[in-house]
Amino acid sequence: MGMIFEVSKQGKRGVTLPGKDVPVSSEVPKGYLRSKEAGLPSVSEPEAVRHFTSLSNKNFNVDSNFYPLGSCTMKYNPKITEKVANFERFSSLHPLAPQLIKGGRLAQGSLEVLYETEKALCEITGMDEFTTQPMAGAHGELTGIMMIAAYHSHKKNKKKYVIIPDSGHGTNPASAAIAGYEVKSIRSNDEGIMDMDEFKKHLSQEVAAVMLTCPNTLGVFNPHIKEISDLAHEHDALMYYDGANLNAILGKARPGDLGFDVVHLNLHKTFATPHGGGGPGSGPVGVKKDLIPFLPVSRVEKRQDGTFSLNYDEPLSVGYVSPFYGNFSVILKAYVYIYLLGKEGLIDASESAVLNANYLKSELKDSYDIPFDKNCLHEFVISALKQSKKGVRALDISKALIDEGIHPPTIYFPLIVKEAMMVEPTETESKATLDWFIGIMKSIARLAEKDPEHFKSLPQKAPVRRPDEVKAAKEMDVAYL
Amino acid sequence: MTYIPLSEKDRKDMLEAIGIKSGKMDDLFKCIPSELRAKSFNIEPGRSELETEKYFRDLSKKNITDLVCFLGGGFYDHYIPAAVDAIVSRPEFYTAYTPYQPEASQGTLQAIYEYQSCICRLTGMDASNASLYDGGTALYEAAMMALRVTGRNKIIMDGGVSPIYRKMLYSYTKNLSIEFVETPPAHGQSDRDEIAKYLDDKTAAIILQNPNFFGAIDDHTDIAEKCHAAGALVIESVYPISLGVLKTPREMNVDIATGEGQSLGIPLSFGGPYLGFMAVKKELIRKMPGRIVGATEDLDGRRSYVLTLQTREQHIRREKATSNICSNEALCALRALVYMCLVGREGFKEIASLCMDKAEYAKQKLEGIKGVEVKRSAPTFNEFIIRLPKDPNVVIGKMIERGITPGFPLGRYYDDLKDYMLIAVTEKRTKREIDVFAAVLEEVLWG
Repeated sequence: MGMIFEVSKQGKRGVTLPGKDVPVSSEVPKGYLRSKEAGLPSVSEPEAVRHFTSLSNKNFNVDSNFYPLGSCTMKYNPKITEKVANFERFSSLHPLAPQLIKGGRLAQGSLEVLYETEKALCEITGMDEFTTQPMAGAHGELTGIMMIAAYHSHKKNKKKYVIIPDSGHGTNPASAAIAGYEVKSIRSNDEGIMDMDEFKKHLSQEVAAVMLTCPNTLGVFNPHIKEISDLAHEHDALMYYDGANLNAILGKARPGDLGFDVVHLNLHKTFATPHGGGGPGSGPVGVKKDLIPFLPVSRVEKRQDGTFSLNYDEPLSVGYVSPFYGNFSVILKAYVYIYLLGKEGLIDASESAVLNANYLKSELKDSYDIPFDKNCLHEFVISALKQSKKGVRALDISKALIDEGIHPPTIYFPLIVKEAMMVEPTETESKATLDWFIGIMKSIARLAEKDPEHFKSLPQKAPVRRPDEVKAAKEMDVAYL
Repeated sequence: MTYIPLSEKDRKDMLEAIGIKSGKMDDLFKCIPSELRAKSFNIEPGRSELETEKYFRDLSKKNITDLVCFLGGGFYDHYIPAAVDAIVSRPEFYTAYTPYQPEASQGTLQAIYEYQSCICRLTGMDASNASLYDGGTALYEAAMMALRVTGRNKIIMDGGVSPIYRKMLYSYTKNLSIEFVETPPAHGQSDRDEIAKYLDDKTAAIILQNPNFFGAIDDHTDIAEKCHAAGALVIESVYPISLGVLKTPREMNVDIATGEGQSLGIPLSFGGPYLGFMAVKKELIRKMPGRIVGATEDLDGRRSYVLTLQTREQHIRREKATSNICSNEALCALRALVYMCLVGREGFKEIASLCMDKAEYAKQKLEGIKGVEVKRSAPTFNEFIIRLPKDPNVVIGKMIERGITPGFPLGRYYDDLKDYMLIAVTEKRTKREIDVFAAVLEEVLWG
């Protein structure tokens, strides 16, 4: 479909502004002004709304489609959380308000939201304090590693490395590297967990932290986790928990009890805040007692009289990681979700997510290779290795699923599984949907046996078919100018 | 509340299908050794939607947001057209994820491409990424990019750059061996002599801001020329609304333009989510961090959009990636796009002019008050600083009690500017509100 620039016609407008009501004009010398106007579109509101509505109809989304995109936790986003986040008194508050004298009283509601969210996250994870400031999971990782660096430098520890298993999210090594550490990647064993012998071989006094996802990206809970954290602590290395998969273990296990010192969460995963087409997310970080002094400023504090204030005076703090208090409206939505579901609801969410994943896995194992066929938690990885021998790769299966109105699983991740398809159904899918998906996956497997050539022409029903990515990267047409 | 569509019978049948005969959901977690199970999970019981809505409605009433706002500091109270909210409230946009599968995500992909195009048109730059978290992290990513591109490790920070962003940059880079030098905070324009003192063949980049934190407008063309001669890149953080009229980063020969996109249709929302934008010259496209959407053709020759240059990114390059960033702020970028389209070519000029004229009117009104000094050392856009004859903190406190948030006390970040207050005026402020502001300030000072 056409671009908004093609709808644009000079003289049209999408919003009318009030006329000038002041009797003066600002005189800025010409040298400071742009020489020609910004070529933004000129469109009427009805045309703009129709254009963007048509665009929206070209998206798969959780409200319309089954979206088992592994590691991304595409669960249903309750509507009431959107409604609350749009309450005018939450959405229009200026972030600098509480930094003014007598401004604190303007922001008591929002400060309470932050304080209570931090408290709830502490209990859910078994950590001692939380900051809501990081603006996404990867940003939480960076914040966590910065705190680990500040901790070691305060203790005058000489540290150089961060240990990460090869099944870890790509953000883990990237975050460790930009915070100034070298990465030691540890291979996974046949059971899909970090190889203990390899781990011990690389562990030394120079290791700053061990970054783990638990359950990991294969959906496997590492039963040796306590041993790993004890060993790490003996070397004065801190344990970092990538909370991308916390949604698997709510009320069942807590990173704080497992020996982790630093935890980041992805509120847009476990706590059902919308993914927004790729953000905004929110990546709060929790720590154990020893790391509290290093948390970013500001800290939200509760006074004796029950009111809330901000504290910027923490000499050991890593400093500012976000301009204010994090992605407030995302944090608010997560807190509403926790408030709605409560203890039983959160536990049920994890249990049902794990049930759905195990059910899918057991029904798919006759048709697809399952590289690590143990009990999984909330997600699992199947491989299209069998099908690829006939010429039907994970990518081709994805395109077949798109024709059925199903968003494909995450493909080619984790990198340690060939032809990987990572499936995460989440708890908000019905058995009927799962059975429908199973039926389609089985028929795809049969078709791959009989007519592999057919897949090359897929998808047939999508608005576009296999866009040429090589051409895109070569020509770099990234703006319409 | 629950959002789980499994009946009791479904659960029983599914447990049986996977070989759990006990019918107990908890048996799904046998892979977690018993000594590692949660020691506590003391969360309150769930509530109905009705109770929840009431609780949060009451909580929101503990915020007070009906004051007349002259607070800025990089975050502004601009009008948001209703259609912006309507579009981003479509679940087809907000319940989707990163467009990894182009056939299932042409809506988001084309929207990001259009966003990138609008950011380029506004800044004059050649290429924009799909957005970053906020203006501060965008500036940090720009600095890191300059270090990579030049292979040098010194950065000159202009004194007019937001103190909030400066603090963020220093936090992020504390553990790295980067040399930061800062020119003194100039209430007016960038201090050319100070910059020249620091500029050398180790300098990777200079970081500038326009208008700067104190509201002053500058033309950085001459600084850019000197930096380029020294082999350094020029990074400039800009306020997008001002670009309706102000000279663009491209016209000043800036290499990397960044900024906070909050003013483009994104609610203040107590600090986030916001939108960091970044746009660069053509030769730097491949060094830019973050998601980028490119146009291409599909099997049938149709124009289509994909995430491109993914080989720079963390999910492929891991520790060698250009950045650790995984997401962008797609929904905020969509807000900005819809805003830029609705306000449009004409409207952008008008809003920028309204902001400038109203700010000029406010300056003149405040200048009429005994003891108040309006700094006029440089032209300004919609924000300016005044010197007060009494402690700004006390003045602000009293004005808040009278229903006005008058501005930001600069003493909060600058010891030598304790008498100063930063005032922002947007198109939303009326002449009447400005008149009342001046009258209340006079009364608070001398009444």
